[in-house]
Amino acid sequence: MDALSNLGLGFAVAFSLQNLAYCFVGVLLGTLIGVLPGIGPLVAIGMLFPLTFTLPAVPALIMLAGIYYGAQYGGSTTSILVNLPGETASAVTCLDGYQMARHGRAGPALAIAAIGSLVAGCVGTLLIALAGPPLGEWALRFGPAEYFSLMLMGLVAAGVLTQGDTVKGLAMVALGLLLGLVGTDVNSGMARYSFGVLELTDGIGFTVIAVGLFAVSEIAANLERNEPHEVFTRKITDLMPTRRDLRDSSWPMLRGTAVGAFFGLLPGTGPALSSFASYILEKKLARDPSRFGKGAIEGVAAPEAANNAAAQTSFIPTLTLGIPGTATMALLTGAMIMQGITPGPQVMTANPELFWGLIASMWIGNLLLVVLNLPLVGIWVRLLRVPYRWLFPAILMFCCVGNYSVNNNPVDVYLLALVGVLGYVLVKLDCEPAPLLLGYVLGPLMEEYLRRAMLLSRGDATVFFTRPISLAFMIATALVLAAVIAPAWRKRGSS
Amino acid sequence: MRLDLRNNKDLLAGLLLLVIGGVAVVVAREYPFGSAMRMGPGYFPTVLGGLLCLFGAYLSVRGIRAAPKIAIDWNVRPVALLAAAIVVFGVVMSRLGLVPALVAMIFVAALAGREFRVKEVALLAVALSAFAIVIFVYVLKLPYPLIAGLLWMR
Repeated sequence: MDALSNLGLGFAVAFSLQNLAYCFVGVLLGTLIGVLPGIGPLVAIGMLFPLTFTLPAVPALIMLAGIYYGAQYGGSTTSILVNLPGETASAVTCLDGYQMARHGRAGPALAIAAIGSLVAGCVGTLLIALAGPPLGEWALRFGPAEYFSLMLMGLVAAGVLTQGDTVKGLAMVALGLLLGLVGTDVNSGMARYSFGVLELTDGIGFTVIAVGLFAVSEIAANLERNEPHEVFTRKITDLMPTRRDLRDSSWPMLRGTAVGAFFGLLPGTGPALSSFASYILEKKLARDPSRFGKGAIEGVAAPEAANNAAAQTSFIPTLTLGIPGTATMALLTGAMIMQGITPGPQVMTANPELFWGLIASMWIGNLLLVVLNLPLVGIWVRLLRVPYRWLFPAILMFCCVGNYSVNNNPVDVYLLALVGVLGYVLVKLDCEPAPLLLGYVLGPLMEEYLRRAMLLSRGDATVFFTRPISLAFMIATALVLAAVIAPAWRKRGSS
Repeated sequence: MRLDLRNNKDLLAGLLLLVIGGVAVVVAREYPFGSAMRMGPGYFPTVLGGLLCLFGAYLSVRGIRAAPKIAIDWNVRPVALLAAAIVVFGVVMSRLGLVPALVAMIFVAALAGREFRVKEVALLAVALSAFAIVIFVYVLKLPYPLIAGLLWMR
């Protein structure tokens, strides 16, 4: 049993006192920040991850993964109690979770969300352990042509499947790729797009892009919104769900897990789409669909399970192929690169303790979430009362000090301001910044693979279509594009 | 039909992409282009810049044709003040140290908020500075002077 011995190694790594502590701190900090209204996992990771730079690779990634789960779960808490989702994935939870809270059932809603997340987390962890090695072994056979095609597929899918406009999504991918090229070209040693600024010859820092695009522009957007929401700060009694609640939500949880696990594997979709899909599925299957939107417990259980399952399985392409499917995964990939690890199938063989340790700690992290959150709900509720005008300077402080600390250089901070403004403008123009981040992370790698593939084929571009695996990725890319363009053309023809 | 440039999301996005793509292509002309077999440092950037121009042109045309009437609620004040706060932090940090930088940053940032109460912001600045000293200097051991030339944490 290979999977078992691998998981054994993972748990041995994850259960070391040090790693357990980092996992705990990550989950705690993640939840703490994720609970704050209007802050999703992306912002939480973006603002906290300069803190992990001083750590060695394994604890750093374990802590980041913990922050990710914690923030995601914290977001659900906010959705249920304030009807203010931190990110799209928990927007669905608002629909029924908030209604449950209004009917005095905030406790069971929170508990079911935690249990659903745990169930999905267990299944997701198992899936990674089972699917990771074969997928990684397969990927070891990839040459540069396959990698280029795979990245193209991932990026096109991410651009197309993002919320909003397809063309803008694809344009953001291209813009991200271009931003990723700033700095010294590894092949020729030439500084590209540095505009005479010495610091730019090292490229635009990863933290600058991530924090600027997501944290800074997010604060700006939040400051424009109207603040006061009805917060359920009453004492939450009866935390435990009744037996009937558990019975009603057990199947939705499992279905949600399946839906989420599937969507998590696809590039560009991730938790947001999966929670919507599972909510719609439950509504279709329900005997009395009219209960949905009025506090149906299935409407909390299924999407919460789905978004956690998707959060788990989205690690599979990231860890085994080195191709992040979502912006959050791009952040983690960037963190790996900064730690000196090239993401890809070789991670599993070259750093087994990292790979399996991370997976084991994901499971532990999920368990910690339940253990931690149910007793601490009272504290989270109190946090919700903190006004935003106190919060955002604190967030900004983390962003500034974090970015300054990367190189101890104020230029990174100035760039942060610039990227923040860019992010704000892009959001105003309905251009999603998530595909941009994916492109930015993959830009240099993609150029490198393209160069190598073309060098090996002596300048013959058909290499991408003659090698079977590469061809399959190319066909998939074309299908994704066709699926989006075709309906638009048909609409134009009929009108 | 008059073109409402300020509130045309497609046209604005298109123009922005055209400018960025155009600059990218023009600057990349200084880098050796190479051939398809041996790509120079100018190859990929030129392709990407061209691609951006294409997307930008498409969006501009679409914006002009459709001329959507959705108003963009431009709100320059918060984002400008946030950016200013970040820049102020960078400038003060490298010259005067962590505490002055944080205090200056927090005051400028607080102006971006809905309400500005001097006492409250001062209190916030004190609390956050103390927090930052504990977390960044004491726990994470970042090598920053609290006040440059005057106060170091050992």
